[in-house]
Amino acid sequence: MADNIKKFLYVNRRAPYGTIYALEALEVVLIGAAFDQDVSLAFFDDGVFQLTKGQNTEEIGVKNFSPTFRALGDYDVTKLYVEQESLDERGLTAADLQEITYEDEDDDWAEKPSLKIVSRAELSDIMADQDVVLSF
Amino acid sequence: MSYEVNGATIEHDEEGYITTLSDWTKDLADVIAKAEEVDMNSEHWEVVNFLRDYYEEYQIAPAVRVLIKAVKKSMGPEKGNNKYMYELFPYGPAKQACKIAGLPKPTGCV
Repeated sequence: MADNIKKFLYVNRRAPYGTIYALEALEVVLIGAAFDQDVSLAFFDDGVFQLTKGQNTEEIGVKNFSPTFRALGDYDVTKLYVEQESLDERGLTAADLQEITYEDEDDDWAEKPSLKIVSRAELSDIMADQDVVLSF
Repeated sequence: MSYEVNGATIEHDEEGYITTLSDWTKDLADVIAKAEEVDMNSEHWEVVNFLRDYYEEYQIAPAVRVLIKAVKKSMGPEKGNNKYMYELFPYGPAKQACKIAGLPKPTGCV
């Protein structure tokens, strides 16, 4: 089994609403999570807006799917990389993002943060290290 | 395709999932359960209510393994296991219970 595990990175670069990309990416991640691969997500460019807290979609008449990011831990998806430079360029800080955690089965179910803020250079290394990169 | 409940007609898709989530009522759940040949008791309701709470919080109907893990965490291992859940919902705890709970088909069920 271990030999068959590949590293999948799902890249999110678009704002959450206005196009279907962000929601579709999340659905693909949830479906793909059934296959026991090493899955992580990257958020940069306008993709960082997907993780902002306090989203309200009432006036645009579409579903606010941002709470679903907090279910990723239940699907064993526990690595969400957010690019620092993209936050800076948009006037955002870590405090603007919703809290996303997972429970570590190997550490007595301790609650740990899933969001990891990384620099552009670090993200570049993370991308280079993947077997599969899917961009949305 | 539709369910009839208290004189109202509730539309559902080809698999029996209701199309308008806000149409759901407890009476409708009993009608869907009957169509699924599930005889609802308090243990079924516990799972259905759990799923509705999960959807309310995360806006998602969980896949079966995720559901069972979450039930285990919240109600303990004597309920959060395959055997218990499949005895309650023989045609799949996530699929059948989500249908009765008036939720969409679970995401990530393969």
